[in-house]
Amino acid sequence: MSDSRVTWSKYSSLQALYPLAGRLIPWCAGAAVLFMAAGLYLGFFVAPTDFQQGEAYRIIFVHVPAAWMSMFLYVMMALWAGLGLGLKARPSFMMAQAIAPTGAIFTFLALLTGALWGKPTWGAWWVWDARLTSELILLFLYLGVMLLHASIDDLRRADRASALFALVGVVNVPIIYFSVRWWNTLHQGASVSMTAAPKMAATMLTAMLLMAIGFWLYSMAVILMRLRCVILERNSQPRWNQSAVEPGVKEIRA
Amino acid sequence: MSQAGLGGAVGAIVKRDLLLAFRRRADLSTTVFFFIMVASLFPLGVGPEPGVLRAIAPGVLWVAALLSCLLSVGRVFTADYQDGVLEQMVLIPHPLIVMVLAKVFAHWLVSGLPVVLLSFLLGLQFGLEGDALAVLALSLLLGTPTLSLIGSIGAALTLGVRGSGMLVALLVLPLFIPVLIFGAGAVSSTVSGIGAEANLSLLGACLMVALPLAPWATAAAVRIAVE
Repeated sequence: MSDSRVTWSKYSSLQALYPLAGRLIPWCAGAAVLFMAAGLYLGFFVAPTDFQQGEAYRIIFVHVPAAWMSMFLYVMMALWAGLGLGLKARPSFMMAQAIAPTGAIFTFLALLTGALWGKPTWGAWWVWDARLTSELILLFLYLGVMLLHASIDDLRRADRASALFALVGVVNVPIIYFSVRWWNTLHQGASVSMTAAPKMAATMLTAMLLMAIGFWLYSMAVILMRLRCVILERNSQPRWNQSAVEPGVKEIRA
Repeated sequence: MSQAGLGGAVGAIVKRDLLLAFRRRADLSTTVFFFIMVASLFPLGVGPEPGVLRAIAPGVLWVAALLSCLLSVGRVFTADYQDGVLEQMVLIPHPLIVMVLAKVFAHWLVSGLPVVLLSFLLGLQFGLEGDALAVLALSLLLGTPTLSLIGSIGAALTLGVRGSGMLVALLVLPLFIPVLIFGAGAVSSTVSGIGAEANLSLLGACLMVALPLAPWATAAAVRIAVE
């Protein structure tokens, strides 16, 4: 136990974190490609056509994992933000800052694929339903976190203020998750649940889970990449960085 | 640090804020007139059809109340931040949360309460009657304190930030949405005869959640800004 503690706290030093992130990125990115390719193949070629919704339902393989990631990443961002506020640890704030744009992109993707799915099945691109609205609020919260961080010049204050806002916004996540159960709305209920037997074919479920894992690995890769950029951006002075900046910049350009 | 000392401090802050507000009556009336103006624009824009106006009244009046709260809440801490009073408030040997709560309460008295009272008049202009008018005022009475509480978080987070007015709006409006939905929902369900109990209960629940949590977040944000 004490061993692992030493190992982990070592990475609160940026000097150790930067190369660790660099080593993890190719593995995450490679695995993400594999999982997403497998998930898309299963979803588009193997999974049976839905008897109600026809082929249109196949967007579920992007929509549901994107929606999951949007909520999961928000909770992760809030966790890192809380850690940063509690431990006054700079790397935690940097992680929170790195997660926000990816989370916002997944939220946007969930809304966009939802609109594309809504048109053929509900006949409307958008309805003001509880889950859609709360997901839209999630997008606004992500944007708020990023805007607040960008508009405060003092980095230390920007970190702490946006972390606090991220924590405040976390109340929205359970609202999104339970919205289909609390309000009787147009959006269908959860298709996958931990307690009940899945309501869909096994191949569909497998494809969706593969896509979710793929999205998760992709997020890891992109977030770590952004983390490295944030580290470089904030530490242009220290000597250890001089050797790191050059390959770092090359990597970013490539 | 006796109980009386805490009460005295709260009383002093509320009294001081009220006094400041009444010395600058222009600020006070801006908020109220803004509420009236925004609400009056809709009949001009949508047309004077009574049926339509009655249907949109709950939403319009709630949005107007929400915007007027947003207009004033962004300035709750600004003056105190600029002249250093906020720093002294952080140094008071009483919990900052209670001091923040006192300031938010003063803000609500000055900008929330007039909106609640005026809602009767504007509701009449939109053709609401009887129960619907009472529910409108009741929903605003339950909802506007929540708006002040949530808004104070945004105000404290953006202290001394350039373009803070717009930023407060962007931060706080998403968090206002549930209050808006339940508040307007209470009135429109009364109009359609379903009964407003469920929505009013949810509004009360929002207030009960915001009352202990929002001042805590605001106090943390004030500390971040003052440090």
